[in-house]
Amino acid sequence: MEIKVCGPGCAKCTEAEQIVKDAVAETGIKASIVKVTDFQEMAMLGVLSTPAIVIDGKIKCVGKVPTKNEISEWIQRGN
Amino acid sequence: MEKISNNGCACHSESCCPPPSIWKKNKSPAAYIIFGLLLVVVWYAIYRQLEPFSFFLTYRIFGLTHGSHLAEAVQFFLYDTPKVLMLLAIVIYGVGIIRTFFTPERTRKILAGKRESFGNVLAALLGIVTPFCSCSAVPLFIGFVTAGVPLGVTLSFLIAAPMVNEIALVLLYGLLGWKVAALYLTTGLLIAIVSGWVIGRLGMENHIEDWVREMRANANDVPDTNISWNERFLQGWQAVKDIVGKVWIYVIAGIAVGAGIHGYVPEGFMASIMGKEAWWSVPAAVVIGIPMYSNAAGIVPVIHALLGKGAALGTVLAFMMSVIALSLPEMVILRKVLKPRLIGIFIAVVGSGILMVGYLFNIII
Repeated sequence: MEIKVCGPGCAKCTEAEQIVKDAVAETGIKASIVKVTDFQEMAMLGVLSTPAIVIDGKIKCVGKVPTKNEISEWIQRGN
Repeated sequence: MEKISNNGCACHSESCCPPPSIWKKNKSPAAYIIFGLLLVVVWYAIYRQLEPFSFFLTYRIFGLTHGSHLAEAVQFFLYDTPKVLMLLAIVIYGVGIIRTFFTPERTRKILAGKRESFGNVLAALLGIVTPFCSCSAVPLFIGFVTAGVPLGVTLSFLIAAPMVNEIALVLLYGLLGWKVAALYLTTGLLIAIVSGWVIGRLGMENHIEDWVREMRANANDVPDTNISWNERFLQGWQAVKDIVGKVWIYVIAGIAVGAGIHGYVPEGFMASIMGKEAWWSVPAAVVIGIPMYSNAAGIVPVIHALLGKGAALGTVLAFMMSVIALSLPEMVILRKVLKPRLIGIFIAVVGSGILMVGYLFNIII
């Protein structure tokens, strides 16, 4: 599973990345977490507002820091 | 006036992400609505008492002399601070709920393939209700342009989104009355519509950076979040916590500065430098305002005080618009996707629009 966290590096984006890391660690699922800071790549993914979470190429959340529960739910469902 | 560095996100967008599903099982929407109405009634009752209470505190409790500078400044501060914060809270709550209906993705879908002119109007209007922060201006720009939204229409959106926002409108309404707020809303929208349209007419498409024009954006459809009313209410509440939690300090600082000017700077002091007679004051206000970046929360209380001391409305509004609509940090961000010439024209067109609004108000009011 590949989780992409899109964000240019603002406070909220760092926060989102941290929460994703925590959630992954808690669920114990193997996943690579990639931070996307390049606008071009974000646009390619279809992300319009940051922070955004993209799991295996599917946009899960844009423009908001998700909660840990939401992330756990996404990764467990996808498993 | 305090400058706020735009270090990355000033985001207060609260678009998608269905909140945890536990909420779905909670109370019915009717319960929320009744509770909400009750809150509004309580809110209004408190709101009505603010002014008498500020007089009571100033003169009875603190025992300050009637008509003294100190008393005036203190009373102004004690009345305006809770008033503005209460207004902010209720409006942000409402707008927060409205915004759950307009994500940037949905706005893009609405705007894609729209003709210019009508598209410009629509884009400016959507700019008010779509959650937006200047740090995601670039992905948003790319997303819009590659989805077939015309350049001018995209720019109308990007001008309106920061300039005409609920915080600016609430503060103008709360401190200067509904007429000024309505004027600001109308002229702000007009500037966004006309500037976007003009740039569209100029055919500047080849001044978008090449890599943007060459790329094909993934039309990755964001799942249309089907969220319940309860979740919308919760998101509205979240918006209040986010935004009020972030801007209250600027509101208080702004009102404190305003109170200082209110009580101590002599009446008519600003008239000579920011009054109607000084023709150069409007362009000067715009030129000074562009490199500055502040949010509406910090600047409105200051202009309130300036107005009270004889500064002309047009000059002051032009200053405010150029501070919050044209900012250096946003230009730096947009430079990634726009070539320098287009940035220059963007600033020039929007700046002239603001200039005209400034003169117009100075003439008619």
